[in-house]
Amino acid sequence: MKRAAVYAAVAALLVVPAFLPFDYYVNIASQILIAGIFAGSLNLLVGYGGLISLGHAGYLGASAYVLAWLSTRAGFSHLWASLGAVTLTTLMAAVFGVLSLRATGLGFVMITLALAQILWGVAYRWVSLTGGDNGLSGFGRPQPFGIDLSSATAFYLFVLVFFAISFLFVSVFVRSTFGAGLQGTRDQPRRMQALGWDVWSTRFVTFVVSGFWAAVAGVLYADYNQFVSPHVLALTNSAEVLLMVIAGGAGTLLGPIVGAAVVVLLKNVVSAYVTRWVLLLGLVFVAIVLYMPEGLVPGIERLRRRTVRTGTRA
Amino acid sequence: MRFFLIQSLNGLALGGLLFLLSSGFSLIFGLMRVANLAHGAFFMLGAYVGLSALRAGLNFFWAVLAGGLAIAILGGFTERFLLRRLAGKTLAQVLITLGIAFIIGDASLLVWSGDPMPLPIPQALSGAVPVAGIFFPKYRLAVVVISVVVFVVLWLALERTRIGAMIRAGVDDMEMARGLGIAVPRLFTIVFCAGAALAGMGGVLGGPILSVYPGLDMDMLPLALIVLILGGAGNLLGAFAGSYFIGFLYTFGQALLPDLAYVILFLPMVAALALRPQGLFRLRAA
Repeated sequence: MKRAAVYAAVAALLVVPAFLPFDYYVNIASQILIAGIFAGSLNLLVGYGGLISLGHAGYLGASAYVLAWLSTRAGFSHLWASLGAVTLTTLMAAVFGVLSLRATGLGFVMITLALAQILWGVAYRWVSLTGGDNGLSGFGRPQPFGIDLSSATAFYLFVLVFFAISFLFVSVFVRSTFGAGLQGTRDQPRRMQALGWDVWSTRFVTFVVSGFWAAVAGVLYADYNQFVSPHVLALTNSAEVLLMVIAGGAGTLLGPIVGAAVVVLLKNVVSAYVTRWVLLLGLVFVAIVLYMPEGLVPGIERLRRRTVRTGTRA
Repeated sequence: MRFFLIQSLNGLALGGLLFLLSSGFSLIFGLMRVANLAHGAFFMLGAYVGLSALRAGLNFFWAVLAGGLAIAILGGFTERFLLRRLAGKTLAQVLITLGIAFIIGDASLLVWSGDPMPLPIPQALSGAVPVAGIFFPKYRLAVVVISVVVFVVLWLALERTRIGAMIRAGVDDMEMARGLGIAVPRLFTIVFCAGAALAGMGGVLGGPILSVYPGLDMDMLPLALIVLILGGAGNLLGAFAGSYFIGFLYTFGQALLPDLAYVILFLPMVAALALRPQGLFRLRAA
């Protein structure tokens, strides 16, 4: 009951940014939601599967590029280009999944990093295909059912719909039998194997699902910016989304969203004053790893529990 | 033929630089199970330190030493005060080296600005020598020679010295090595400092060929990764062969298919991953 009230409050809270007085704030709220979908997709792998991917920007970026390419170079309508982007990127995630899941642990980290680097190489160097450093633009925003999304508020609500679907999906996914099995393969892969659970397939399916949601985030990213450049595929971007997941709390539902909000806000606020965002990103990384390895959401939860306990004792 | 010969020599020079970069990366990974994502940043920072040393009037030899020493000290601090606190936590170690890489990268941009800067070639090594009918820059030949010397020295150090034997024992079976009373933490510091020093010196030596620019770190890191995946973790000979192979592949790729050179670089890695279902070397056990 209390939980339902919390969710209702959160839902109401999410509608509020649409009516903020300045487009600037509405746009930041949109960025947070897109980053939230993206971080939520990575959380499936990192938090629930125990598989640290350092190449997740690859799926977001590939999807954004495919959308841009299909609509500007191949003449697809925005809807079909978006569907094509998500489909092709999900297929790519399946191929990358087969390659990456040859290893776990550190090997997995390095292979995902290297694979994403290939995509960056294509985007940056294969100029005739991808426009190189100039990127691709000119595909505009979609017009679902004829609704114009050029205003910040309309676009925010559009993103909110996808955000809600992805959040519901992730909540159901991790609480399902499959999700429980996934967490089992994270904690005790050998025991799960002994119990007859197909560990590899579980990880593979999660990898593909994670790629799918990153692709959805990629389409929204492209729609929001109406522009893609190789920067979206850079290692910094993969690191940023991993930081969101870990800073917020890997393996929690709300963690990645809190992480996304913190990182997006930090980035926007900091870039308004100084240009040293990457330096700050590095420092935050080091600080989180050393002082709050479990992330903000579990960390705050722990603090809260402690205060409650000392409160009753007193 | 002429084209082939020139590109081969260029490939050799790049391979030599890659070996300086990836030998340390591979030994650190093999021994400590740490993927040091700051290794590319070490390489770049070494080059910048070398540049400043040259500007301060030191000659090239001392600039190389200064780059190596500065990065060895930085590596020592990283290992002793950050990585050791996180011993056994693989993810935390990867993340912290990534954080360090970003800090070094952005701080270098702040200090040395964003313009690409080539390091001047030392006087004694400027000019070209005739090789099989063509003229080839002396400096690049020198880089090849240096990398081979470093390989031989490292190989002898690993195979013929007591510390080398301890390192090999640690790479093969860490628990057993500990059980035999080998002081593993000290070994970690030695290997990490040595690997960092090699990267730093490699950066200075690479300066006249590659120039030094913001982004050099993230250009070099994936190359070290590929060499590691192809050559095997902690395998010096593998790192040597892998470095030269990648050096050739990249040089010829650049010359023949510039659009796709970067992608071609990764194909052997993808093929190796696809064709070796049992996992590559010891990556799976990591």
